[in-house]
Amino acid sequence: MPDQLRFFGSTQPPSRPLTWGDGVVLLGVIALLAVGIRLALGAPAAIAGPTISLAPSALPWYAAYSVGRMAAAYCLSLVFTVSYGYLAAYHRRAEYILLPLLDVLQSVPILSFLPVVLLSLSAVLPQAVAAELASIALIFTSQVWNLTFGWYQALTTLPEELREASRVFRFNGWLRFKVVELPFAAISLVWNSMMSWAGGWFFLMAAEMFTVGHRDFRLPGLGAYLQEAAHRGEGSAILWGIGSLVLVIVLLDQLVWRPLIAWSDRFTLQLVERATPPTSWVYAALRSSRLLRHFVDSVLSPASERLDQWLVRRFPPPLHPPRASAAQIWTWRVLGTVAACGLLYGTYHAALLLFAVPLAHWGMIGLGILATLLRVGVSLLCAFAWTIPVGTVIGTNPSLAAWLQPLVQIAAAIPATALFPVLLLLVLGLPGGLHLAAILLMLLGSQWYLLFNVIAGARAIPQELRYTAALLRLSSWQRWRTLLFPALFPSLVTGGITASGGAWNASIVAEYLNFGGRSLQITGIGALITEATAAGDYSLLLAATLSMVFTVVLLNRAVWRPLYRIAEQRYRLA
Amino acid sequence: MVLTPPLLELRRVTQTYGVGQRQFTAVKEVNLVLDEGQFVALVGPSGCGKSTVLRIVTGLQPPSQGQVLYRGTVLRGINPHATMVFQTFALFPWLTVLENVEVALKARGMPAALRRARALDLIDRVGLDGFETAFPRELSGGMRQKVGFARAMAVEPELLCLDEPFSALDILSAEALRGELLELWTTGQIPTRAILMVTHNIEEAVSLVDRIIVMDKDPGRIVADLTIDLPHPRRRKEGKFLEIVDWVYATLAGHTQPEHIEFGTAPGEPGRTRALPDAAVNELAGLLEHLAQMPRLQADIYHLAGELHLGTSQLLHLIEAAELLGFTTIAQGDITLTPLGETFAEAGILTRKEIFATRIRRLPVFQWLLALLHAAERRQVEAAVVQIALELEFPAEEAKRQLDIAVRWGRYAELFAYDDKVGILYLEPGETVPLEPEKRAPSATAPS
Repeated sequence: MPDQLRFFGSTQPPSRPLTWGDGVVLLGVIALLAVGIRLALGAPAAIAGPTISLAPSALPWYAAYSVGRMAAAYCLSLVFTVSYGYLAAYHRRAEYILLPLLDVLQSVPILSFLPVVLLSLSAVLPQAVAAELASIALIFTSQVWNLTFGWYQALTTLPEELREASRVFRFNGWLRFKVVELPFAAISLVWNSMMSWAGGWFFLMAAEMFTVGHRDFRLPGLGAYLQEAAHRGEGSAILWGIGSLVLVIVLLDQLVWRPLIAWSDRFTLQLVERATPPTSWVYAALRSSRLLRHFVDSVLSPASERLDQWLVRRFPPPLHPPRASAAQIWTWRVLGTVAACGLLYGTYHAALLLFAVPLAHWGMIGLGILATLLRVGVSLLCAFAWTIPVGTVIGTNPSLAAWLQPLVQIAAAIPATALFPVLLLLVLGLPGGLHLAAILLMLLGSQWYLLFNVIAGARAIPQELRYTAALLRLSSWQRWRTLLFPALFPSLVTGGITASGGAWNASIVAEYLNFGGRSLQITGIGALITEATAAGDYSLLLAATLSMVFTVVLLNRAVWRPLYRIAEQRYRLA
Repeated sequence: MVLTPPLLELRRVTQTYGVGQRQFTAVKEVNLVLDEGQFVALVGPSGCGKSTVLRIVTGLQPPSQGQVLYRGTVLRGINPHATMVFQTFALFPWLTVLENVEVALKARGMPAALRRARALDLIDRVGLDGFETAFPRELSGGMRQKVGFARAMAVEPELLCLDEPFSALDILSAEALRGELLELWTTGQIPTRAILMVTHNIEEAVSLVDRIIVMDKDPGRIVADLTIDLPHPRRRKEGKFLEIVDWVYATLAGHTQPEHIEFGTAPGEPGRTRALPDAAVNELAGLLEHLAQMPRLQADIYHLAGELHLGTSQLLHLIEAAELLGFTTIAQGDITLTPLGETFAEAGILTRKEIFATRIRRLPVFQWLLALLHAAERRQVEAAVVQIALELEFPAEEAKRQLDIAVRWGRYAELFAYDDKVGILYLEPGETVPLEPEKRAPSATAPS
């Protein structure tokens, strides 16, 4: 049947029934089943918590718990993203509120909310459940904003002609989502998902090793394992823990994200073929697998076709421009009023709490913010100091980049919070150890964004400009001033924005710790927040958190945004 | 006998944008009747609202005032009997050719088997057999537009709307595709009842359609409606064909008006501010040089397009600029170089700048700008301020373009300078008496 062959575009020679891809797929299915059964049936009693077993054999379960939490939070993030993005992009009035809100939420130090969420949840739920939910909520808040932003941006930048085509051909909501919006947003969603997962690990680790005062909210997982290992000072357990964390991250990268990136390349809008499309061996294997193709053709495609047909018939596009019915308008009004009342009531209570904060405490908050600001500044300066030269060298030297980049990526994937207990072991003995540790943690939490951005920026410097600089015999200082620094400026700003956000977040874990039964703290807003939580001083907690939010938002508006504008207008290459 | 209503009727359709003082009329009081069996072209300069009319007809955009009647019923929302072929194809890049055509049928709930057969048939008919599994990025522009046609025709629309369907294609592909469309249409292979095409290519319109509707801008309105009863295939060198093309060009280019009408008024003053035509100075110089070599310093506007390899709208902009600055005059479809234009064409760089400066200083917009600069502290004005003032006369986007053109012209003439980094227009320190240009002798600055 030559016709059939043409439509389904099989490029496989028909003589070979199975390909190497089939082998990979089969092996993968078998491995998955084996691991799944083993995990489900053979769990040792210790991993249920709350005590943390340091036996390496417990690690697969801990890893599974950690990944499970991440996945749950990620699913939640996707649902939130799609609905919030739709509301913000397609409803004028909602956009006025939702967009600035998103902007503020994005710059809020999420970690400061964990204690509040945890304590309020544990008041009504068993502690283990409350801790689980709180950790998922925390990871959700760390994953969701950039995803939502990416989706919103895709919805608002969708080419007008594609939108018009979908209207002229009368796509209903489902078809528009599936054929137009989702594919258009796919690349951005995949990359943002990767970033979200990286950010999620950071908070997962923090959530799993969380204690408030004397209450132990630790969750069985890789984070708790690492902390326990560091507490007990067991070097081999630390290595086992970090090793499995790296393994999980690398596996996810190879088995999930790389294939997704390679697959999503088909959704590029560019109408020319790319010279070097992203590749992935897993994706290549899946694509060449005949078993999988058969499964798709005989099960998935018909199922999706049936779903499409049903949805298209069930929800035809409105013939007339949708005009809200009176009932709908009233529903919205009532909802809006209720929300406004709730908001007013909340504000009123918050105001009462804030008025109860004595002046001395406000002084402490101010001092704490200054101290943390100083630490954030120092860690950013350190990060700039080493990433600019190193990133430039890597970025301008392709052969170096080829083998250094994967290493850097793996190093960057290890969440700083996972290393923190280990870090403490090393530096606590030094003079000013806690200060050093705090700055180091902030550095660990922020430097990678910068490094990646510098590498990307350096790589984008046109060859002819570098040749010109060489021909003009510019001294190395002149070269930095006239070429490299201006060319890197946009990447430094974008990297800096993310890095400073990361540093602020890290401050909460970095400034107040329970270590081996002792609690240590240094002056800072992060310490203040944790301390207020431990003492149950809600008015101080609220005041400190709001002040921190205010500071971060103010910094973004007053420093980063103007810098970003300058970078966009003046220093953009091409 | 009951009178059957026409396929499509526009009744006093007006489209305005914006509110209050900043309200602009894109299309004003357009009346149009389209009957079954007609292939109609809408032509006109850019900004005359021809694309707006097309969007109103398809229901993509509701008119601010007036009615659209389809077979006698008032249209609300998307017109279910019309489809559209887009200038930029509007194909989904992530779907194959087959899927792109099929998805239009899927949206109507057609079962898979039927859908596939119909899509394959259409792909076959537009001559894309064998490319079903190709992605749009693997196709040439002409082939992409064929997919656009196949998709639009697959849903068997009664009214096919074409939005400059050939203008993004290279010359040969466009010509081939035009022929194929005409064949499908004239042989009745498609169930389409009428075609409405927007184009700025006048020759294209005359070679294809039965009826040309000419629109003009400020505000967008219909100025002429011409039936073409030449038999197909039409030969482009034929006398009658050329006559029609010439007539349309003459209608579009108008003729030189007295200065006070031509110039308009300054922004903010009563009366209409003349929009500066979007012409590049070096292209303008090229046009004048070309005219200077013609016998009697005169040319047929229609021939110019071919000789200079320019698109219709680009040429019209250039001609408008040349006319506005007094370098040429226009009458009955002919453009003639004035003595000033001849001087400009033969002058060197610096003299050209002098002449150009003298001429644009006479335009109310530039007089207003210079007065603004002189009155301003430190003789500088933010571009944003100028833009806001211009927005009283033009829609925001057009105001931005007007500012752009004014900056380009003003910079060339060295009337003022512009700092792009901070967005500020300013007078050069030496420029003290700019309102009286004659004080500086043209040769004074020329190198000897």
